[in-house]
Amino acid sequence: MVILTMDKTFILDGKTIPFEEGETIMEAASAAGVYIPHLCHHPEFKPHGSCKLCTVSIGGRLGASCTNKAAAGMVVESETEALNADRRALTQMLFVEGNHICPSCEKSGNCQLQAVAYHLDMLTPHFTHFYPARDIDASHPDVLLERNRCILCELCVRASRDVDGKNVFGIGGRGIKSRLIVNSASGRLADTNLSVTDRAVEVCPTGAILRKRHGFTVPIGRRLYDHHDIAEVPVAGMKEPRSS
Amino acid sequence: MTEHNVCDLPGIVARWNNDPANMVQILRDVQESCGTIPSDTLDQLAKLLGVPRVRIEATASFYHFFHAESHGAYEILFSDNIIDHMAGKEELKRYLCERLWLEPRKLSEDGLVYVDDTADIGLADQAPSMLVNGYAVPALDHSRLDLIAELIRNRKPLADWPPMLFEIPDNIRQAGPLTGEAFTPGAALLATIARGTDATLAELEAANLRGRGGAGFKTATKWASCRKAEGEAQEHAGPSQVLPGPLGGEPSVARFSGGAHYVVCNADEGEPGTFKDRVLLNSHADLVFEGMTVCARVIGAKQGLVYLRGEYRNLLEKLKSVLARRREKGLLGKSILGEQGFDFDIEIHLGAGAYICGEESALIESLEGKPGKPRNRPPFPDRCGYRNQPTVVNNVETFACAARIAERGSAVFTALGTPQSTGSKLISVSGDCQRPGIYEVPFGVTVRQILIECGAEDAHAVQVSGPSGTCISFREFDRIIAFEDLPTAGAFMVFSRERDMFEVARNFTHFFAHESCGFCTPCRVGTSLLRNTMDKLAAGKGSAYDMNEMKNIMHILLDMAHCGLGHTAANPVVQTMEKFPDAYEKRLMKLDFEPAFDLDGALSTARLITGRDDEWAHLAND
Repeated sequence: MVILTMDKTFILDGKTIPFEEGETIMEAASAAGVYIPHLCHHPEFKPHGSCKLCTVSIGGRLGASCTNKAAAGMVVESETEALNADRRALTQMLFVEGNHICPSCEKSGNCQLQAVAYHLDMLTPHFTHFYPARDIDASHPDVLLERNRCILCELCVRASRDVDGKNVFGIGGRGIKSRLIVNSASGRLADTNLSVTDRAVEVCPTGAILRKRHGFTVPIGRRLYDHHDIAEVPVAGMKEPRSS
Repeated sequence: MTEHNVCDLPGIVARWNNDPANMVQILRDVQESCGTIPSDTLDQLAKLLGVPRVRIEATASFYHFFHAESHGAYEILFSDNIIDHMAGKEELKRYLCERLWLEPRKLSEDGLVYVDDTADIGLADQAPSMLVNGYAVPALDHSRLDLIAELIRNRKPLADWPPMLFEIPDNIRQAGPLTGEAFTPGAALLATIARGTDATLAELEAANLRGRGGAGFKTATKWASCRKAEGEAQEHAGPSQVLPGPLGGEPSVARFSGGAHYVVCNADEGEPGTFKDRVLLNSHADLVFEGMTVCARVIGAKQGLVYLRGEYRNLLEKLKSVLARRREKGLLGKSILGEQGFDFDIEIHLGAGAYICGEESALIESLEGKPGKPRNRPPFPDRCGYRNQPTVVNNVETFACAARIAERGSAVFTALGTPQSTGSKLISVSGDCQRPGIYEVPFGVTVRQILIECGAEDAHAVQVSGPSGTCISFREFDRIIAFEDLPTAGAFMVFSRERDMFEVARNFTHFFAHESCGFCTPCRVGTSLLRNTMDKLAAGKGSAYDMNEMKNIMHILLDMAHCGLGHTAANPVVQTMEKFPDAYEKRLMKLDFEPAFDLDGALSTARLITGRDDEWAHLAND
């Protein structure tokens, strides 16, 4: 097929998507209402490109749609069986890498990791669990840090640095021992200048950073992803589907 | 070298220009003078440099050679490549630990010694080897370890140890244009000035020089592109201007200092089995520095950096003295060789134990004081590199080749090699052969020819270009070393018939799991899954299911990983599975599935607590 309209559009799964100069594939797709699975991407923050869920085929070459810029005439494939199988495997990797026990998690139903798993038809964790020993930090009066659920997306790192201007969070260690660290000599969240109103607190896609005493204000069964597929509400911290 | 003093933090920070971009260097100096990087040091550094503590901690906790807890007066790290294992490393390590009354990974009771492993330290031709307080000691055997144990027990400072312990021969077995022919410092620069930069670039192009780090990107293309790229007008930025970070990275804390183009020499030779850059830097550093200076002339750079792997700490003083001599001779500094405006100097930065920093964008992150995590590309360093300026990053050997081409012209260079792979290549031969060492061979040489030269009559397999390269079996020994067949960074590990290729691959999976930076999901988790699965097979719990699983993980890594480390991390497993199936099949207990979980093993903690180890404290074996 010869693409004649080379002007500021590209093809995504057969659909013509317009884009603005400098926009990434992810940004253009989102603007056109097309969902590409992702976890570390958030439209308000600088692209990160680490979770790799949003990997698409760009003219046959694979790349993260959140970091690759859209270009006129490019042919992108996202909803293929092979890519979704890879995405499911990545999600399973995230599950076995940490300790994710949905039935006892306050975030269940509002959790993006869980919602992506449902979206990708993940039925089992598949891989052998690592069961890592990770710390819970309950020192802060208003915020709980549950490292067992951290998927290292660095959204809190970016939010605290770029929006809150505080640098409360960072990633320490290396490889499978990477861990969320906080900006205090004691290593405790209470000794940082984090405030419960910080953007970093609400941006977590999982239950790793939680506002205390709000865990069950909306009961399980009435939560966002109990009623909507994540494709309809793809942004962490969003309360309502985009269309409504 | 051994005595750890109270650390002069302000002095160290001042020595590195109070620049947070030099954080890795600052932390190295703290570690070297105090023996540790204590937690309160991070706070003091944060205050001194005006950088959030969390960012310093991220860097301090990323690199293997940095640690907050004491490793005593003597930190001993055994090189852990499969070649070291083949040379008896495990037995020797146990021997030393017994002599010193200690357990690995545990500070000795008297707080004097700490023993652990580290990734290959670039001495595979003299295996087994180790680092003592960062300094390499090759060719370990019982008598050398007896001596070392005695020196430690007598608390002799490292500076007073017999120098012969630290002597590292080059072992050049076959010399060539880089390693065997005399070079007059300045010759390539004179030729470059006489010829002009355009013509020099054309000469590189005609020589078809390709990157010696293994990827084979055309050097002339890289230089030309960098030269064309505009250095952003950072001159106008304030002194503590925070530069915007590259896409996805955190903001660079770099402060502007000097020219807007950079030349970076990648001397982070971390690929297990490779040691050719060690030899080039030890004996032919002038050629390397001159190549960098030629590059500076072509792209218009004022500043060059060598990123020397931490394991080559022992080369630092020597390299600094070569730089000093070059300054005296007018080959570095202001108005090089009297040319007005030709100003260029070179600074050496040391790594701190992270293989990933051999990846050029991770290397740049490390040079900027951050954890070595590869950037999102594009943009590539030729447009946006060190301090977000146009940067040429080339391998040590590439710069040496560039100097030769500038000096002698392209025709001499292309006389060796194949049309697609011109010139010579340094091969680091190790493993089961009589003459391990450096072989400078013309590209196009067959694997068999090298095996004959090095005396490897019984070779069964060769790992070309290290764990991330290609494993070839005896059936493929007529393949050639060239970009068009077997590209290589230089490693050439020989395995005889007796070797267990499963154990070779298992060692490599441990290496990749240890060295994954952890940035992207597939590599962070996938490399550990591979390691665990190989360990499961080694424990006699493998099944055909596990073999398939490892193939699936390979596909995920190939499709999804962020950089070359992840893309290639499954290669050793998949290739040995294919070429040496027997090594795996004899380990498979079941065809369908066998769980990794060891029910009786899970009771070991309970046994420890109750102090029981009788028959009834164990589950019956089925």
